[in-house]
Amino acid sequence: MQTVISISNLSKTYGSGFKALKNVDLDIHKGEILALLGPNGAGKTTLISIICGIVNATSGSVTVDGMDIVKDYRAVRSMIGLVPQELTTDAFETPWATTTFSRGLFGKPANPALVEKILKSLTLWDKKDARIRTLSGGMKRRLMIAKALSHEPQILFLDEPTAGVDVELRKEMWQTVRELRASGVTIILTTHYIEEAEEMADRIGIINKGEIVLVEEKSTLMAKLGKKQLTLQLNQPVNAVPDSLSDFNLELASGGQALTYTYDTQAERTGITKLLAAMSAAGVTFSDLSTSQSSLEDIFVDLVKS
Amino acid sequence: MNYRAVWAIYQFEMARAWRTVMQSIVSPVISTSLYFVVFGAAIGSRIPEIEGVSYGAFIVPGLIMLSLLTQSISNAAFGIYFPKFSGTIYELLSAPVSPLEAVLGYVGAAASKSIILGLIILATASLFVPMDIAHPFLMITFLLLTAITFSLFGFIIGIWADGFERLQVIPLLVVTPLTFLGGTFYSIKMLSPFWQTVTMFNPVVYLVSGFRWSFYEISDVNVALSFAATIGFMLICLAIIWYVFRTGYRLKS
Repeated sequence: MQTVISISNLSKTYGSGFKALKNVDLDIHKGEILALLGPNGAGKTTLISIICGIVNATSGSVTVDGMDIVKDYRAVRSMIGLVPQELTTDAFETPWATTTFSRGLFGKPANPALVEKILKSLTLWDKKDARIRTLSGGMKRRLMIAKALSHEPQILFLDEPTAGVDVELRKEMWQTVRELRASGVTIILTTHYIEEAEEMADRIGIINKGEIVLVEEKSTLMAKLGKKQLTLQLNQPVNAVPDSLSDFNLELASGGQALTYTYDTQAERTGITKLLAAMSAAGVTFSDLSTSQSSLEDIFVDLVKS
Repeated sequence: MNYRAVWAIYQFEMARAWRTVMQSIVSPVISTSLYFVVFGAAIGSRIPEIEGVSYGAFIVPGLIMLSLLTQSISNAAFGIYFPKFSGTIYELLSAPVSPLEAVLGYVGAAASKSIILGLIILATASLFVPMDIAHPFLMITFLLLTAITFSLFGFIIGIWADGFERLQVIPLLVVTPLTFLGGTFYSIKMLSPFWQTVTMFNPVVYLVSGFRWSFYEISDVNVALSFAATIGFMLICLAIIWYVFRTGYRLKS
């Protein structure tokens, strides 16, 4: 995998003394969708703002396509499109004017056909000459995406793109993001909707209190999610897992009152039948059984709590 | 050099002026015309000529300067303050635009607007009072330099301001008094020697005096000194802007 953004040892301490980022290292692969998950105030927006040039880093470095974000700011920034979290628009302008302006600001020659295509693809064409203040929240959000796309970026940052967007529109936006990825754009999105990360991302990074806690392929994470646990409440407590059941990697729970069996739902055989047969052969009887599945949410909550 | 960005900012700012034409062009023209009616025609007819120039004609350069200063400042200050206020500044900060290019776009547009306004006021004035311009080239040079300098100054105020009140405070409490007391409506030679000396610390005196000299060849201070003062003030503004962008002052945390 080719690395397109390489973040090393990045820290940010704000004037107030608040440490928003602590020695962050992260490589972002070309053409992937990376979802950064984290609670409010975790440092997601600060990280994006540093890469895009809105906030100065306290220490550490970031390279984009091998170029330093400070020294080669022109080349770097012209590759990047940013959709910030806040809906900040020029209330009195029109979508057409503001999108054309964005393209010019990034040094690209005027291209009305492209602006038209972008506005149409984000279903804003009907509103192209309306004052932005008259647009709905969802339209403004899409307009900000249109502005970010106007200069044909190779990397797109979407900071909470679907915050406050209704379900139908969210699905449409996901579709737009997928199409962009298909055209080769690297996409970094931050979200605190876990389902969004699950739905969209190739890789998931979890950030908390200014630190990257975990970065993993979604498939690896999903495999972890695919694990289920079977808990058997025993009639008679045991001190140890009986030897005849040692093949099943059982764990003692509730001080010997229960046994837990972890199995893979994706596997051909779960081994549950075998286990139950072995248990009855060993004379271990149980009063109740339950199964549970850990979700991304559980993993996330576990990581963020600790 | 990202010329397209400079042009995009310039066009964007100019479009804002046309959209708010009542506020940006019509209202300063009307208020200046009122000065001509009151001071030039009504009161001016009872005031003797000043160094061979009728009072109505005498105040024309000062009135143009008054509008030029206040409009340059407010145009440029608002132009950069509003994106800061609304948050759209994120786009400028994340764009491949150097500080110089941003200044060229915003200050260029603000200066253009006030130059257009100055010329409209000049044309309006010629309807009320007869006048000649002795040195048209120098007149235009002063017009340009003053518009650019005070647009730079306004840009600084816009960056410094953290609220609409601060945006107004310098133009209203500093620039307007300095302009009124800077020889707009009178020759400082009419003042007592003490106040003449005090007035020499007012930078606007140099601007008005030089500008008036380009019309009527009468001045309170030597025209070369006026010219040097204007350039000097411009350099100070440029130095402050350089510092602002170098440190990210009030733009970046």
